[in-house]
Amino acid sequence: MLSKILNWGSKGPDDPNRPGGDRSSKGNEPAVPSKAFPKFVSALSSQGESATVIDFGPVIGTNVAYFGERLGCKLFIEDLLTELERHRKAGTMADLGSAVESRLRQEEGSVDGVLLWDYFDFLDKASAQRVASHIVKMMKPGGAIMGFFCTSAVEHAPLTKYEIVDDTSLRLRAHPGAGGKKLALHNREIIKMFDPLVVAESFLLKNNSREILLRKR
Amino acid sequence: MAGNAQHGLEKNAVNIGKSVVIKGELNGSEDLTIEGQVEGKIELRQNVLTIGPNGRIKAQVFAKAVIILGEVVGNVSATEKVDIRDNGSVDGDIASPRVAIAEGAHFRGSIDMQKAGAKTEKSDKGDAKPATPAAAPAGQPAGSPAPANATR
Repeated sequence: MLSKILNWGSKGPDDPNRPGGDRSSKGNEPAVPSKAFPKFVSALSSQGESATVIDFGPVIGTNVAYFGERLGCKLFIEDLLTELERHRKAGTMADLGSAVESRLRQEEGSVDGVLLWDYFDFLDKASAQRVASHIVKMMKPGGAIMGFFCTSAVEHAPLTKYEIVDDTSLRLRAHPGAGGKKLALHNREIIKMFDPLVVAESFLLKNNSREILLRKR
Repeated sequence: MAGNAQHGLEKNAVNIGKSVVIKGELNGSEDLTIEGQVEGKIELRQNVLTIGPNGRIKAQVFAKAVIILGEVVGNVSATEKVDIRDNGSVDGDIASPRVAIAEGAHFRGSIDMQKAGAKTEKSDKGDAKPATPAAAPAGQPAGSPAPANATR
């Protein structure tokens, strides 16, 4: 009790920051508001019935309920963090872009929405360009892409799962994966990478990452 | 039988044991629990299929409800519900009006809750139910303020 009050033992087995500790989230993290997410949902709604959405993150039951049951979308769960972890362990990060490209099997012009979350932070520039070009081809006109992009490089960053709490907020949960190096992309690089998509919304967050919504005209 | 078939564990449920390996097509009109290996196609259009923790399925699955505690590689279609429990794993596409995925489950593929009935109605008349309204995603009400030390 006293140790809890004084915050002793914060590097216990459940502490996600403990080196080598179990980072699997218990889902108790606070919900945080998102300005881009409601606009992403609104973009999907304007695409008509049964929008097709790709989620780059791992499967989360509430996200499936939100997009599948509530919005009536067809949802593709790609769980690309697993692919990221596999390549990191094998030391083949340079091949990640082509691996992701071959895993995304959706037809050209068939996708209404893509949730990148912060996946692009973990890609090198060549891989990021390759994946971005592939996504652009898959998008339907009017489709939207939502992602988080860091503003400064991080030598080692943990992986995050993004759980949808409601229409305007997300819960950022710890992913059990080891994580890796994050690279920062400039705004102009993001715009060029996703050309001809346009940046519809961009918000600078408290943690200095940018929440960006791109739209295909 | 239909009323208490939720977990495929009732007295009359058929069980395929751990050591059993089936290659081919599996059809039936009883609830079934699989703890062994099946490769091919499984059709239990009026019944509940449970893939136990030891079950390893490499097949196309059609059932009224599918409960997965083991491993499935292949597409799963259910007229009522697909339930992937903790440590359950699915690599394939799901078509069902209701899908529940537990924390700790693995899934990769597509989920379609709209076309689920249409896909199985061809040979299954009258059993499909419309999608139930969504349970709102768990969590706090909209507009919860971010704490100062939040990660964003």
